[in-house]
Amino acid sequence: MANIRQIKERWMHYLFLFIATASIVILFMISVFLFMEGLPIFKQVSVKDFIFGEFWYPTYDPPEFGIFPLIIGSLVVTIFSAIISIPLGVMTAVYLAEMATQKVREIVKPIVELLAALPSVVIGFFGMIVVAPFLQEVFDIPTGLNIFNASMMLAFMSIPTICSISEDAIFSVPTNLKEASLALGATHLETIARVILPASISGISTAVILGMSRAIGETMVVLMVAGGAAMIPSSIFDPVRPMPASIAAEMAEAPFRGDHYYALFATGIVLFIFTFIFNIMAEHISHKYRQVGEASL
Amino acid sequence: MQTTRIKVMDNFSLSHLKTTSKKIKRIKSEITKSASSSIKRRKYIQKVVFGIFRAAAWINGIALVIILYFIISNGWRAINWTFLTQPPMDSMTKGGILPCIVGTIGLSLGAIIFAFPIGVASAIYLNEYARPGRFLRIIRLGINNLAGVPSVVFGLFGLAFFVIYLEFGVSLLSGALTLGAMTLPVIIGSAEEAFKAVPDTYREASLALGATKLQTIFRVVLPAALPGILTGGILGISRAAGETAPIMFTAAVFFSPRLPSSVFDEIMALPYHIYVLATAGTEIEATRPLQYGTALVLIVLVLGLNLIAIIWRSRLRKRMQ
Repeated sequence: MANIRQIKERWMHYLFLFIATASIVILFMISVFLFMEGLPIFKQVSVKDFIFGEFWYPTYDPPEFGIFPLIIGSLVVTIFSAIISIPLGVMTAVYLAEMATQKVREIVKPIVELLAALPSVVIGFFGMIVVAPFLQEVFDIPTGLNIFNASMMLAFMSIPTICSISEDAIFSVPTNLKEASLALGATHLETIARVILPASISGISTAVILGMSRAIGETMVVLMVAGGAAMIPSSIFDPVRPMPASIAAEMAEAPFRGDHYYALFATGIVLFIFTFIFNIMAEHISHKYRQVGEASL
Repeated sequence: MQTTRIKVMDNFSLSHLKTTSKKIKRIKSEITKSASSSIKRRKYIQKVVFGIFRAAAWINGIALVIILYFIISNGWRAINWTFLTQPPMDSMTKGGILPCIVGTIGLSLGAIIFAFPIGVASAIYLNEYARPGRFLRIIRLGINNLAGVPSVVFGLFGLAFFVIYLEFGVSLLSGALTLGAMTLPVIIGSAEEAFKAVPDTYREASLALGATKLQTIFRVVLPAALPGILTGGILGISRAAGETAPIMFTAAVFFSPRLPSSVFDEIMALPYHIYVLATAGTEIEATRPLQYGTALVLIVLVLGLNLIAIIWRSRLRKRMQ
């Protein structure tokens, strides 16, 4: 009897272990299928021409598959959104963790969570119908669907990520550090700036990287709001066509297993590699510079 | 001779002392003055900076309120019985969104049926069985990276694997599985949090009574963690319901004349419907009310689920304390 029980215990242990590998299996299959459907394009164009080619004319004859403008588009909207979202996200986190009373926190935290839950298509819709005409009028520009608009909308999608991870990091700074600083006569602000933020910098960096990773991979917002012009922008009010937008917009028309189809999958590979690097960096920082009380200062 | 000299000394030292004490007094008052002004200055700076921080926090709230106000104020007029119970008519310019509502519910339920058992079992392994080490780190790395994969890449994966390789076609099944893969990290994360919140004394008490590890997990840990796990499930459903990019190539179509009758049917879905009406087609302006209405239905669905989860979770936490 006990024997059967032990066998059952062991098998269930292995079953749970097996299921726990599902995430890795899925991740592995994602990369396998991306490469399977994406690599054939490199029979037509070299990797260098694909990544640094300046012209994306997939439907012309002969077609040109250079995704450089798409990569630039992705990077530009990500960087500008980070300029907005990092200060706002970190400041909100500091406010929540250090300044807000319990009551205020119970209101603001759900607000941030609901902001995170807003479907991206709704934010894109809002950017298209409300923000774009507004920008067009205020700045007197030909189109409101541009880098600036897309960056703003993306920022509000990555703020919740940045805010909640930073807040956890700030919250886990040991109180004795804070109390020591206050006892030495530092004001609360000085304590935040010179003790709490340096002590939680690894968590905040992780938050920032994950927030940017979310922004670069976000699809619907850039598809609806970035304007869709596959060119290298010269001003913040120029339209761009980031990688996810290009994939989402063109996949439906691309002939099955034609060059265009392969090229879009290859764009997916590039995008996947970008976010993969971001995630590994975040993982590395949070693992290597783990917060261990006073030692992390 | 000697006395005079002493006197002189005295006189001198006295006057010297007097001046020094005056000097000291002056310096002291200066110090206190400057110190108090510096404290005032520092407090003032703190006040200003804290004001900025507070403003930053409220900007999020304002943004949420503006978006909600815009969708609700424009959308509620479109909502009526016909809108909720009829399929689109007159080449999408009239009628309702019933097929989209049905499609979105089908997709998110399908995703959760796939992701929930796998997610909870993964969390059980991570929290109850796994020991710290390289293997655990690799699994965690996998989960974190899966959480970071862009939604459009999930769409590509779903297209290549479910639609083409497994020959499910553009169907409810393909879309649900793709969304399930995407929501898996959400489920694992919240299930793990729920397991961690179960005190170790529960496990120890159960083991001490002679229960096996498996019995402890199923009869003690799982029931205690269940509300928290279900909260994660609700969040997973809401995440799946709101996503567009993963279903664009795997499940959703512009228009489908009938409701899906099997999991291999292609479907309409709320988020994709908004996208299509707002960007493609010739009558973007004419369908504006439908777009607002669809967005309102989607937001009510997604934020409603989230609110339920948030409120439920905060109650749970209070009870735990």
